[in-house]
Amino acid sequence: MKFYIPPQLTRLSIAFAIFITLFLLLRKLLIPDTFGQYGHYRGDSLTDNALPVVHYAGQQACLECHQDIEDQKQADVHSRIKCETCHGPGQKHSESAEATNILKPDSREFCGNCHEKNAARRSEAVVQIIINEHNTGKKCIECHNPHQPWTMKE
Amino acid sequence: MSQSPSAMDNERVKPSRRKFLKSAVTIAGAAIGYQWLKSGQYLLYGADPEDKNVPWYGIVIDIEKCIGCGSCAKSCKMENDVPKEPFFFRNWVEQYTVKNDGSVEITSPNGGIDGFKQTVPDEEIFKSFFVPKMCNHCYKSPCEQVCPVGATYLSPEGVVMVDDKYCIGCRYCVQACPYGCRFIHPERKVASKCTLCYHRLKKNLAPACMEVCPTGARMYGNLRDKNSEIVKFLKEHTTQVLRPNLNTGSKLYYNALGMEVK
Amino acid sequence: MEPGYPHLTEILSHIQGYIFPNEIDLQWGILIVVYPFITGLVAGAFILASLERVFRVKILKPTYQLALLTALSFLLVATLPLISHLAQPLRAYEIMITPHGSSAMAIFGFVYLWYLMVVLLLEIWFDYRQSMVIWSQEKTGIMKWVYKIITLGLSDISPRTLEWDRKLGYFITVIGIPSAFILHGYVGFIFGSIKANPWWSTPLMPIIFLFSAMVSGIAMVMLIYMVVSYIRTKDLDINVLDAIGKYLFFVLILDFTIEGLDQIHRIYEAEESFETIKLLVEGKLYLTLFISQGLIGTLIPLGLLAFLQFYKGRIRLRKTLYFITGILILIGVYSMRWNVVIGGQLFSKSFSGFTSFKVGLIGLDGTLMAAFWLILPFGILAFLLWLLPPWKMVPEDY
Repeated sequence: MKFYIPPQLTRLSIAFAIFITLFLLLRKLLIPDTFGQYGHYRGDSLTDNALPVVHYAGQQACLECHQDIEDQKQADVHSRIKCETCHGPGQKHSESAEATNILKPDSREFCGNCHEKNAARRSEAVVQIIINEHNTGKKCIECHNPHQPWTMKE
Repeated sequence: MSQSPSAMDNERVKPSRRKFLKSAVTIAGAAIGYQWLKSGQYLLYGADPEDKNVPWYGIVIDIEKCIGCGSCAKSCKMENDVPKEPFFFRNWVEQYTVKNDGSVEITSPNGGIDGFKQTVPDEEIFKSFFVPKMCNHCYKSPCEQVCPVGATYLSPEGVVMVDDKYCIGCRYCVQACPYGCRFIHPERKVASKCTLCYHRLKKNLAPACMEVCPTGARMYGNLRDKNSEIVKFLKEHTTQVLRPNLNTGSKLYYNALGMEVK
Repeated sequence: MEPGYPHLTEILSHIQGYIFPNEIDLQWGILIVVYPFITGLVAGAFILASLERVFRVKILKPTYQLALLTALSFLLVATLPLISHLAQPLRAYEIMITPHGSSAMAIFGFVYLWYLMVVLLLEIWFDYRQSMVIWSQEKTGIMKWVYKIITLGLSDISPRTLEWDRKLGYFITVIGIPSAFILHGYVGFIFGSIKANPWWSTPLMPIIFLFSAMVSGIAMVMLIYMVVSYIRTKDLDINVLDAIGKYLFFVLILDFTIEGLDQIHRIYEAEESFETIKLLVEGKLYLTLFISQGLIGTLIPLGLLAFLQFYKGRIRLRKTLYFITGILILIGVYSMRWNVVIGGQLFSKSFSGFTSFKVGLIGLDGTLMAAFWLILPFGILAFLLWLLPPWKMVPEDY
């Protein structure tokens, strides 16, 4: 007895075969080259994520010119604080040293970010003042040298 | 195995075939055993000590040292071009205040970038502390698990990252992150998150938040290197991850983490 | 500070307690409410059709093709709200070319394709093949060719081939039932598998979605049957309505029980997120959960359907009640989708606060867009009913 294949099945098989082939072709065409290189992702994405420009130059870059300030800093309690913590991102400044492309914050609020009295700040970790009572009307840096806070200015 | 002894003893099973079956069982068993052993090794902070080629990054945040200055959150926005509006953060700082009546007040005004103002008067406070938050770079990360296209992934260095050119913006990863560390970048229209400043790591620079932290409350390092500072810290301190019950394999270890923190 | 995102700035003042800063913006809006609603209608309509085919519920015959075409119309639209909600809609194809094995959403693409290509289209094709061949011979001009193309050029309608149409169609329906279960169970899994979200993360979620899908799909086919009969000025067979009503009643009871079970379980276990979820349910979800989903969408329809099981009096009244029941059930299931999707995003994953959500009218993620996706399937259905009118089919006797 000859094995009977219904004609519908033949037609449908052809249609599905065409569909699946088209899908596979399209997939081959669309899939990014480096996909699956290291895992289920585009390998090139690792390079992409390493591309953005650096804004914070890092302490080493600052020291190339400002070792003197660093020496000052090392003599007092702000010794472990990096330049860019207060002065902001310095990459531009390290490339072309101008006073305009680096921050020089001098507001009471800025110092208050660390030094305003707050129950969550441990007293042994940081010196705290009540900013609304401590020598109001004056900037902090009028008395304190931020690089050497306990060396008071006269 | 479903193979019954009688079938194995059956004369019709050729010796060569029996040998094959036997070795197949052995290989399968060994493979399962090896997998299990391996997963046991991986449990040590997710670091495979055998692979020395690339670092496997972990992060430590010491809550005892954090003074809530917000430098980390501020520097992150500047370094990574995160929109300045207070709806998009790759990292931020929270202040927890446990009151005498047992209630907990949590605040994070603009992610802590503009500093904290104590919101509860001293006499009502039982205790208070800051908790900096950022991506936990989980090695069993739920966000990576749910990404439908492979646009978020764990790099060979153990950094969870997003492929900006491949992300379809379905937001499933944002839903899946238990720590609220992801957002949709309003201009790039893709998921965005902390990359541990991958671009800086590749240039041997510390992540921006680590660079600017004035008290050394943040630390990152190679978990594969048993002599690294971070591994030493983990050895000497009792640390905890956030939401350990979710088994995300978080590689952000907090020292002195309070139970109030979610 | 310059407020760059006014709608988010507005929400800032509505936040209660503490939420993570990235949680202010709701990620999934009304379009993602519409998506499981539409998918549910597909699964429900298909299961109603299968009742006739597989379980030989003869009385439902007049709704068989209608249910299939309804399922197809909604299925064709099902993924569109998803795609239009993507931040990068043009990259949607990536789900098909590099599906991530561990992602529920990626595998959904294939579950969807399987259901569309292998189940629904094939079942309709086998069912309509004989009629389409005859229509292609009767019609002239372009329509002749349209039918020729959709029959794949096969004009064999010998008794032996037709017998195979029936056999294969039956086979597909049998495969189709678990497929329909998987399709909608899977939608539930997309939410139920998010362990970060305690409002979603429950193994019952796929089952809850499945049963509510059946409820909504059956109600929708019932309504469409009534409306189509009205438009064609044909008499509506009250026995058909009674039969649908009976199934609707039982499925609704099951649905209600399982959802109730889920909530009881949640309340009794009272895990770490419980206090937050309790506040959510009693506050921001009160209207949509208790009133819209519970009372209007479940209890009143249950009462009406129970009444209609016994009341066999005035036909006009019964028809009206069935119509009202259908509408109420659809409102209820839509509210259920809302409560799951929106409700699950209103509380912070810190379990310490709530954000707020306001649907916009216009825009890609607004009410009008959602309404468009909800109306479009009816347009497609009208077209399909014109192309493949069930009432002009060759009478079958099996």
